[in-house]
Amino acid sequence: MAKSLLFPEFKIERDSNRCISCQVCVRQCANDVHTYDQEDDTVTSKEEQCVGCQRCVTLCPTNALQVDTKKTGFRPNASWSIQHLRNLYKQSETGGVLLTGMGCDQPYRIYWDHLLLNASQVTNPSIDPLREPIELKTFLGAKEEMLDIDWNHDFPVVKTKLAPQLELNLPIVFSAMSYGSISYNAFRSFVEAAREVGTYCNSGEGGLHPDFYPYGNNIIVQVASGRFGVHRDYLQVASAVEIKIGQGAKPGIGGHLPGEKVSSDVSRTRKIPEGSDAISPAPHHDIYSIEDLQRLIYAIKESIHYEKPVSVKIAAVHNVAPIASGVIRAGADIVAIDGIRGGTGAAPLVIRDNVGIPIELALAQVDERLRQEGIRHRASLVIAGGIRSSADVIKAIALGADAVYIGTSALVALGCHLCQKCYTGKCNWGIATQDPYLTKRLNPNIGKRHLVNLMRAWAFEIKEMLGGMGVNSIQSLRGNKEHLRAVGLTREEMQILGVKPAGEGW
Amino acid sequence: MREDQQYRIPSGCAVVGILNQDGTRISGESIIRSIAVMHERSNGLGGGFVGYGIYPQYADYYAFHILYDHRQAVPVTEDILRKECDIVFEEDIPFLETREVYNHPYLKRYFLRIKREFPNEDDEIVRLVMKINSSIDGAYVISSGKNMGIFKGVGYPEDIGRFFRLDEYEAYCWISHGRFPTNSVGWWGGAHPFGLLSWSVVHNGEISSYGINRRYLQNFDYICNLQTDTEVIAYLVDLLVRKHGIRIPYLGAVLASPFWHEIECMPEPGKTFYRSLRIIYGGALLNGPFSIIVGFDGGMFGLVDRIKLRPMIAAWKEETFYLASEESAIREIAPDLDLIRPLRAGEVISGQVGERAHHGQKLTVSRV
Amino acid sequence: MKKIVIYEEYCIGCRLCEISCLVKHSRSGKIIKAFKEEYPRPVSRVHVEEEGYLSFALQCRHCVDATCIEYCMTGAMHRDEKTGAVVCDEEKCVGCWMCIMSCPFGVIQREKKERRIASKCDLCGNDGEPSCVTNCPNEALSYEES
Repeated sequence: MAKSLLFPEFKIERDSNRCISCQVCVRQCANDVHTYDQEDDTVTSKEEQCVGCQRCVTLCPTNALQVDTKKTGFRPNASWSIQHLRNLYKQSETGGVLLTGMGCDQPYRIYWDHLLLNASQVTNPSIDPLREPIELKTFLGAKEEMLDIDWNHDFPVVKTKLAPQLELNLPIVFSAMSYGSISYNAFRSFVEAAREVGTYCNSGEGGLHPDFYPYGNNIIVQVASGRFGVHRDYLQVASAVEIKIGQGAKPGIGGHLPGEKVSSDVSRTRKIPEGSDAISPAPHHDIYSIEDLQRLIYAIKESIHYEKPVSVKIAAVHNVAPIASGVIRAGADIVAIDGIRGGTGAAPLVIRDNVGIPIELALAQVDERLRQEGIRHRASLVIAGGIRSSADVIKAIALGADAVYIGTSALVALGCHLCQKCYTGKCNWGIATQDPYLTKRLNPNIGKRHLVNLMRAWAFEIKEMLGGMGVNSIQSLRGNKEHLRAVGLTREEMQILGVKPAGEGW
Repeated sequence: MREDQQYRIPSGCAVVGILNQDGTRISGESIIRSIAVMHERSNGLGGGFVGYGIYPQYADYYAFHILYDHRQAVPVTEDILRKECDIVFEEDIPFLETREVYNHPYLKRYFLRIKREFPNEDDEIVRLVMKINSSIDGAYVISSGKNMGIFKGVGYPEDIGRFFRLDEYEAYCWISHGRFPTNSVGWWGGAHPFGLLSWSVVHNGEISSYGINRRYLQNFDYICNLQTDTEVIAYLVDLLVRKHGIRIPYLGAVLASPFWHEIECMPEPGKTFYRSLRIIYGGALLNGPFSIIVGFDGGMFGLVDRIKLRPMIAAWKEETFYLASEESAIREIAPDLDLIRPLRAGEVISGQVGERAHHGQKLTVSRV
Repeated sequence: MKKIVIYEEYCIGCRLCEISCLVKHSRSGKIIKAFKEEYPRPVSRVHVEEEGYLSFALQCRHCVDATCIEYCMTGAMHRDEKTGAVVCDEEKCVGCWMCIMSCPFGVIQREKKERRIASKCDLCGNDGEPSCVTNCPNEALSYEES
């Protein structure tokens, strides 16, 4: 059999002075990298299997392990990087499509890192969040342009019934991660944290496990192209329904859950056979044009008696602005846009890294276009794709978003180390797996606590930054590009973002 | 656009307003005296006045006060005016050059009506004003209301008042403003009051939500190009009151809304009212410190921001209603008062001709 | 009294509890020294029971009607007045190991130090939270009022 040319990605260094052969690393590695030799009373490691998840390093009681990227001896080549060579060897040996997990890791420009925020001084006092209220409350849904008010009473009475709204305590929602791509315990962490924080989580395209029906008030359910798990109760129990047209990590193709991750529970929730690959088709096979989308939106609205908002999720592509406009005119109450940095449980590597555009540019263009058309109020914009900190959240709001979805950040809060091997179903941290040995590793009590802590910390940081800008309600920052300035961007980029260069005053 | 217009100037300042609710017209002399008391609040880089009821003989015509940076703008502008309007009278705005105020642009006034029949003449006037201001370089419509006019320029307000010979006019309502801009500016159009139709706004403060307020207004075809925050306030008031029918005493619910936790505790129908308005009009919320006086046809009102970061005092003496940044400005012209009190955060206090002075009693609606 | 409560659904079978118990009851109290230099190696008083993917750490239940106390010949096995825990007085213990044979949970260990003794969980001597509870990486053990 021909020798594989694939070289290990990681090297494992074990300090023999520190290693006590306790075998914690042996037991904890789902890829069987470490083995214990009874005779010598030592632990040895097989580097080929290592995915660099850092589980053994974290749990080793004496910090005897170090897992690092392995330097190869190839001659340095700016064009033919190590990554390209690996991929070529792998494809020539397997003939398959290369899969990967999580978001695009290529060094494309990150616009959040080129945007700077303002602060008020002298002419306008900053506001102290410890002593004054700073409001982060956000409403997602269609808004009327004006209200019909009856003034002929002691107190004016509003006659217009507002379109259904989602009420959030802060402008952050947990992104769509399906049960199947993530474990039951991970999903439970999300629903419980969403309830405690006063926001929502998204079921993703995996249906909703009946255990979570009581949390419906904090769940947005998704109707994706595979229609997994979609039935009447599923739609009735949720707070909002999201039609997933596309996803930032893989615009143009549908979801993918490898058969290894379809356990009996997952199969029951999704209503598919156990062990079979769950591959969602690329388009919805009943949506071949914008009018078909309109039909589906209204079919769903009818089934939920117009009581809840309907959202449409699209990926950020070149034509995203007119697409968003069309989607709103087709009846969507919320438009979710996912940029190229968005994460996934499984996607072809070549699509994840090469298809789609950064969310910052998409957001600025969509917001501007909708305002020009005079329809910005008809839907809320929620954006996703690489929101890493509260600063990114605030910049997104300033560029025009109503709220942000966080996926990767939330998973990191649960313990993810971004090894990008979610599709194998061997997540050592118990997040992206259905293996019962592994799912135990994520204690939902700890998971929920970590997510709530993260949200609390970000909420306070956002309040500090808002107060610093002299703004005490997030409504006054939304779309307020005057509080942003750009550094290190080209003139075209600044124009597309609608942001002035740093140094320019009002 | 002039170089110094490129910068948006936040406002420190002084404001004062006098309204005779019985319609009695008085000369501009008292308002000049009143604003002069607050001399230290300005730095000589801007002052202005608005008077209501000053053109009784042309009361049915829109009085356009137009400021020209250079003479080339005049024929271009007058061309458009003559094409779209019937101008019944026009003349240079009379002035008196003084030692303090001498370097001035060309100022002219026109009394006109739109030529063709339109369902809503006001909308057409707004469109015409936006057109002149954004497309003609060097021409700016300073005021465009009926039987009212704005007089403003670069200088201390009392000097500007004397420059425009305001003691020769008679108005039932005078409002004045003195400016303390933090950028150097020599542009007369940047001073306050800022006006559109019969609305005029004087403003002490800085709007941190300017960026979104401006973009919100764009949805409704208001173009902000006079580079001051005050512009958005005037357009928002026009939009909310004239086009959306929000009654003036309830403007605080949109512009300086109560906090969500306060709304939670309110009884119905107040709770639904405030909640709905906040949800729909998020883009109209004014953030940042401000105290404003807004004049309109037949009255004026004062409003302060939702956490009271700038001062505003209201006072009444018989049928006259006063608003000012400082009590001393009111006492200067009315040493004896029936009632005087500061405005509360987010509170609108208004007065109208023909109404009995109510001492702000009926309007405790903005906050619980 | 406070006892150790087991949440088996969160036990990941790593056995860090065993390691920390061993270190806590070692001579040096330092992990590398305890494992590499102390001879005979100290004994862990907690053990992880495992079958398939189910696992949990089991230590002395500090029974109200402790049979080990009844069976102890020398009175070494006794109940601590303050904590209510069942503790073995190593001075008195002669290593007959009757307690081991009587324990219904099998949580007492044979240990050979200078002489034979019986080793079992002592709730870490009421010195704050027991070491196994603190060191469980997944909060599968909890020190709670019972």
